[in-house]
Amino acid sequence: MILQVDNPVVEVHDLTVSYDRKPVLWGIDLTLPAGSLVGVIGPNGAGKSTLVKAMMDLLPTGSGYVRIFGKSINEVRKRISYVPQRESVDWDFPASVFDVVLMGRYGKLGLFSRPRKADKDAAMEALVKVGMESFAKRQISQLSGGQQQRVFLARALAQNADIYFMDEPFAGVDIATETAIIELLRIMREQGKTVIVVHHDLQSAAEYFDWVVLLNMRLVASGPTGVALTQELLEQTYGGKLTVLSKVGDLLRKQDFPSREVKS
Amino acid sequence: MDAFLEFFSFADANVRYVTIGSVLLAASSAVVGCFTYLRKRALVGDAVAHAVLPGVCLAFILSGTKNPFILLIGAFITGWLSLICIDFITSRSRIKEDTAIGLVLSVFFGIGILLLTAIQHSGNAAQSGLDKFLFGKAASLVGEDLIAFSVVAVVLLVSTIVFYKELTLLCFDQAYARTIGFPVRALELLLTTLTVFAVVVGIQAVGVVLMAAMLITPAAAARFWTDRLPVMLVLSALMGAFSGIAGAFVSYTAPAMPTGPWIVLIISMIAILSFALAPSKGWVARIIRQRRNRSQMLEENLLKLLYHLGEQKQAYTAVHTLQELLQRRAMPEKQARAGLHKLRNQGYVKKLPEGWQLTTQGQRRGQRVVRLHRLWELYLTQYLHLASDHVHEDAETIEHIITPELEQKLMEELSFPVLDPHSSRIP
Repeated sequence: MILQVDNPVVEVHDLTVSYDRKPVLWGIDLTLPAGSLVGVIGPNGAGKSTLVKAMMDLLPTGSGYVRIFGKSINEVRKRISYVPQRESVDWDFPASVFDVVLMGRYGKLGLFSRPRKADKDAAMEALVKVGMESFAKRQISQLSGGQQQRVFLARALAQNADIYFMDEPFAGVDIATETAIIELLRIMREQGKTVIVVHHDLQSAAEYFDWVVLLNMRLVASGPTGVALTQELLEQTYGGKLTVLSKVGDLLRKQDFPSREVKS
Repeated sequence: MDAFLEFFSFADANVRYVTIGSVLLAASSAVVGCFTYLRKRALVGDAVAHAVLPGVCLAFILSGTKNPFILLIGAFITGWLSLICIDFITSRSRIKEDTAIGLVLSVFFGIGILLLTAIQHSGNAAQSGLDKFLFGKAASLVGEDLIAFSVVAVVLLVSTIVFYKELTLLCFDQAYARTIGFPVRALELLLTTLTVFAVVVGIQAVGVVLMAAMLITPAAAARFWTDRLPVMLVLSALMGAFSGIAGAFVSYTAPAMPTGPWIVLIISMIAILSFALAPSKGWVARIIRQRRNRSQMLEENLLKLLYHLGEQKQAYTAVHTLQELLQRRAMPEKQARAGLHKLRNQGYVKKLPEGWQLTTQGQRRGQRVVRLHRLWELYLTQYLHLASDHVHEDAETIEHIITPELEQKLMEELSFPVLDPHSSRIP
């Protein structure tokens, strides 16, 4: 059940990604419609984060390409925002909440220039949106997990992007934060933005997203939640790894094989 | 004292040069070191520092002069090469970064020592003083050398200011920096280049062996005092500068003393003092906090004890001897006595000839501790479904830390209870 759309905001074509020669994503072909709230769902080690990182060009890809708004990512960086996993940074860094949110403006500012007053206003507005304005001066190491996630979200909001990629924004946050975040994501969708969320909780997936991407080393399904989030497809996604697939992957790594033949 | 005045009057041009040189070198490497430290690449600085030695020696062999610019270029090239080797080894083999650093460091340093020994036995008269690169000699920072190294130091300081925003983001969240279109590769290259430059100028003062300390120690020390990066940069620069001056002073008063090791010793002392004395994060602050907690617990336990005894007799102002208290709850007698005396000074208990008595305030405070204890027991049994014989130990600690706001909240959540799980009345 892989549904392709016309005029997609994101187009992934024949994407293969390997870690240390072992492919973790095989030949992903995917298109996503504009203005949707997309959930990327799959078991641990399915390559959900890898897919998002590959889309953002943070990982070298073995084959294939990604187009966003019909262009290569480097041409549209200013319209894209990324919310990395909370654990990916050291929260003991000497910075305040406001400092981190202000980083959301750096892309627009470009190199050398200092944040202007307008950038500070934008950062403060973003903090208000996530309900963290009273924490602006707080050192980031004093935040709870949920608060850290809100700060990352505020940083992304300060970018004023058109498409958002979020890696596990609901992991390890409290209920209040989860509701606040999903509320915000819905508002963003109303404004015509596209939000792509890596998500691990099946229970809430049906309620949160209007488009789901089921992933387990390969693309199992991609389509509107109503048709793609079915018992049968979920069983395919979670029903154990494809043993032959991962064995072949191991072989590629051990024998130093490229995952694609080099064209001479 | 005379030497002190002589030195700090800066009347002697030599002293002036040496001081300016040391301050600039130490401060610039401290500022660059802050970013290296925050990027968690402290050991890389050490590898570069050792790897510049073969470069210095090669530059001397090839040019035959000790022109500082030529030596700087040599140092820069091999310093850089060592970083490329580390990156190459980690990306192309299964060897992890720490091992790669160790390998590169020792191989480059070995070659450096080899070349240095060869030069020293070559009979070339111009070679004298080259071994200063091993341990440094700030006192030799004069004339041409000083100008060369100071220019680099100023360039370093200016670059960190110009690229402050970019370097900060690179250190905090590299992946994010890439997604907003920052040239992360180029910025990494920039930070690496700054690190190599910092090392190259710093070795003149402290030498290759101790250079890593000049990069990392001021940053680590400054981090203890502040949570703000701009403050951290200024502080580390000041600490570096101070140790630079102090080192130059030592080598001025006692020319036999090696400057580099002295600078490193002084900055290390500053670091140790910072670890010990920094507010809230330092050892001393932590010990004071723990001690305060312990004495608060002791005092409240004593008040609680007196209150319990009073509760039994239904007479809260009854007088009890120390022995009675100790019978009910075992604790070291000396401690109990000290605690009671302290409580008397605070006005919570009175000492009468026949024993100890709670004052009105003491009674209130004792009552509050008992109430919190019983409230917490009740909370644990109701909300965490713990058995009623498992909750006492927990409550023994929690009773001391619950704030009035939390107490109010507890009362509400438990809907103003009357009895605790052991059917004792909640006062």
